[in-house]
Amino acid sequence: MKKSVFLGTVAAATLIAGMASATTLEDVKARGQLLCGSNTGLTGFGAPDASGNWTGLDVDVCRAVAAAVLGDSTKVKFVPLTGETRFTALQSGEVDVLIRNSTWTYSRDTDLKLDFVAVNYYDGQGFMVKKDLGVSSAKELDGATVCIQSGTTTELNLADFFKTNKISYTPVNVADDAEALRQFEAGACDAYTTDASGLAASRAGLSNPQDYVILPEIISKEPLGPAVRHGDSAWGDVVRWSYFTMLIAEEKGITKANVDEIVKAATDDTNYDPEVRRLLGVDGDMGKLMGVDAKWAYNIIKQVGNYGESFEANVGTNTPIGLARGLNALWTQGGLQYAPPLR
Amino acid sequence: MSLADPAPKAGFRLSQLIYDTRYRSYTIQVVVLLLLVAVLIWLVNNTIANLAVRGKDINFDFLWSRAGYDIGQTLIPYTNDSTHGRALVIGLLNTLLVAVLASFFATVLGVVVGVLRLSNNWLVARLMTVYVEVFRNIPLLLWIILVFVILGETRPGPKDFKVTPEMTAAGQEPAASMWFWDTVAVTNRGTNIPRPLLEHGIGSFEILGVPINLSVIATILVLIGSVWVNRILLRKATAVQEATGTRPTTWWKSLLILVVPVVALLAAMGLHFEYPELKGFNFQGGILVFHSFTALLVALTLYSATYIAEAVRAGIQAISRGQSEAAHALGLRPGRTMSLVIMPQALRVIIPPLISQYLNITKNTTLGMAISYMDLKGTLGGITLNQTGRELECMLLMMLIYLALSLLISALMNIYNNAVRLKER
Repeated sequence: MKKSVFLGTVAAATLIAGMASATTLEDVKARGQLLCGSNTGLTGFGAPDASGNWTGLDVDVCRAVAAAVLGDSTKVKFVPLTGETRFTALQSGEVDVLIRNSTWTYSRDTDLKLDFVAVNYYDGQGFMVKKDLGVSSAKELDGATVCIQSGTTTELNLADFFKTNKISYTPVNVADDAEALRQFEAGACDAYTTDASGLAASRAGLSNPQDYVILPEIISKEPLGPAVRHGDSAWGDVVRWSYFTMLIAEEKGITKANVDEIVKAATDDTNYDPEVRRLLGVDGDMGKLMGVDAKWAYNIIKQVGNYGESFEANVGTNTPIGLARGLNALWTQGGLQYAPPLR
Repeated sequence: MSLADPAPKAGFRLSQLIYDTRYRSYTIQVVVLLLLVAVLIWLVNNTIANLAVRGKDINFDFLWSRAGYDIGQTLIPYTNDSTHGRALVIGLLNTLLVAVLASFFATVLGVVVGVLRLSNNWLVARLMTVYVEVFRNIPLLLWIILVFVILGETRPGPKDFKVTPEMTAAGQEPAASMWFWDTVAVTNRGTNIPRPLLEHGIGSFEILGVPINLSVIATILVLIGSVWVNRILLRKATAVQEATGTRPTTWWKSLLILVVPVVALLAAMGLHFEYPELKGFNFQGGILVFHSFTALLVALTLYSATYIAEAVRAGIQAISRGQSEAAHALGLRPGRTMSLVIMPQALRVIIPPLISQYLNITKNTTLGMAISYMDLKGTLGGITLNQTGRELECMLLMMLIYLALSLLISALMNIYNNAVRLKER
């Protein structure tokens, strides 16, 4: 893609001249840096820590893509995007890939001209309330004031949920997560609604997490995943398989710690698991097929780790967020995370 | 001598376009115009081409599809089954509401402050200077957020208003109480005020989906009629005063004319109030005025009033001292000097900057997005834009609407300006 020309005064952001002269993959390689659209700050999924390093489940997928394409997981520039600006930023070429707990929906896939390439977290929308409100079910929220992040699917789910249950509410449409949370904490709304994972992450960041409860109802399906621009399938493949590599690695028990040993073992033993040999570039060069280095998968696992490792480190039961694997366990363990065969 | 030679009768030469001052300005204008047109064509082409590359077109059909989201503050009925077009109207009405009210209050406050800033009372004049300088020199956005945060963080939650039977038995007072004989409740979410209801209103009809309430129209018409009759009364009183030298007492007649018809009409329609009551999580009944609205209105008023005050001060100081001295010499008191001599002349200096202040207020309402006020930017330019992904269309529509609004305000104010400007004979 040619240099984006920003036409200052007239019609601003929509007039970015993005002439697709090259593919995103070539652009990223030429730039030597991946531009990754991230959350403005959602602990566990994408947020900078105290020293400015980005961490999180979504962030790890960004790093995996950078490791696959550039061989170095640190060559990522994280671009914080709000719920309202994220898709425009992706479409206009401001970011190469959007990994920002975005829900895969039909209209985003078709009308917004995006391609969701995978689902890195199966989520659903929930409600959080203050404990002293004395509410144990979302259906008891008749007449409540609800804070929502505007420009999200949660806004539409919320309207549908209250309508089907024939109860009323007052919406407070807030631009971003942090402000929604501030208003919720200040008592400007009775309930705060977003993806259940986001609720857990937000709750962990509140000053007194034990004063808040997450209600049991999950009112929607929210498959969150990385999105790329429509029509650049080669780049979509790279992002998709970077993520699947993390899944396959977990399935095969390859971790950050033991990947070197496994490479050695697979190189020495020609009868070693053939999929692992293909994955780690010991047998043939699978990377060539999508235009990346032969050791792409090795780089991902060595520098980022497998999906299970990323999950436990960022949002797992030992973190303040404390999410169980649930739907996000591997298919072999009763979950939905399933990678197609690498051959 | 060569100077006396007649100029050669040569025809028009091309070089004259550059070297001849008679034609040069035309050349420059044509070139600039061509360049401008070329840039515009390039911009439009570029936009269409780039949209085509991404497989998108310019299409306004989304305005007629279901919006699916809810809005807190709605002046006309709206549900999530309404269309995006109606959401646009909701946003536009919210923009207009805050713009009109802010313009009104800012004008009142601005005129008062502007006059007081010139007061001979040292303390009053200095206080007004401090107010103007403080509000004018801090960005509006910060004032909006400050007012919003103060309202939200200092007021008690709705449940603090609750009175349980145990509390009554123990003789305890609730943590917070309503104001004005239990009719107004200010919580950390908004201000609950009574809602006027009519027992038997005249009804309403719809224009383009916007309901027009006939009862309100009737009330306004009666009010206008009363004011008109009152003016006739005052004019007659003036005529009597000029003929006889004594002015007949009119105040009680004015009061009767202004008050009785409206009260009679409202009584005939059965006006009563629905008061807010704490039920469940929130106050129910009455009207909930969101703090986002209050904060935006207060901040816009306080901020814009400083500019209007400066315009008023400039206007007053533009009138020569001789005018007020002459008025004093005629025995007019300072108040009458101001209202009869200075202000009418100052108005023609004040009105032009006032027009641009009204335009600024209207445009500044978009800052409400910082505190989630659902104005045009919030509905059309926020949620609708996001849910439909039609950025270009939404932006174009918004720009068009704000442009139309601004031109309309300019036109109206220019008419007024023509009415008050110095008439030269």
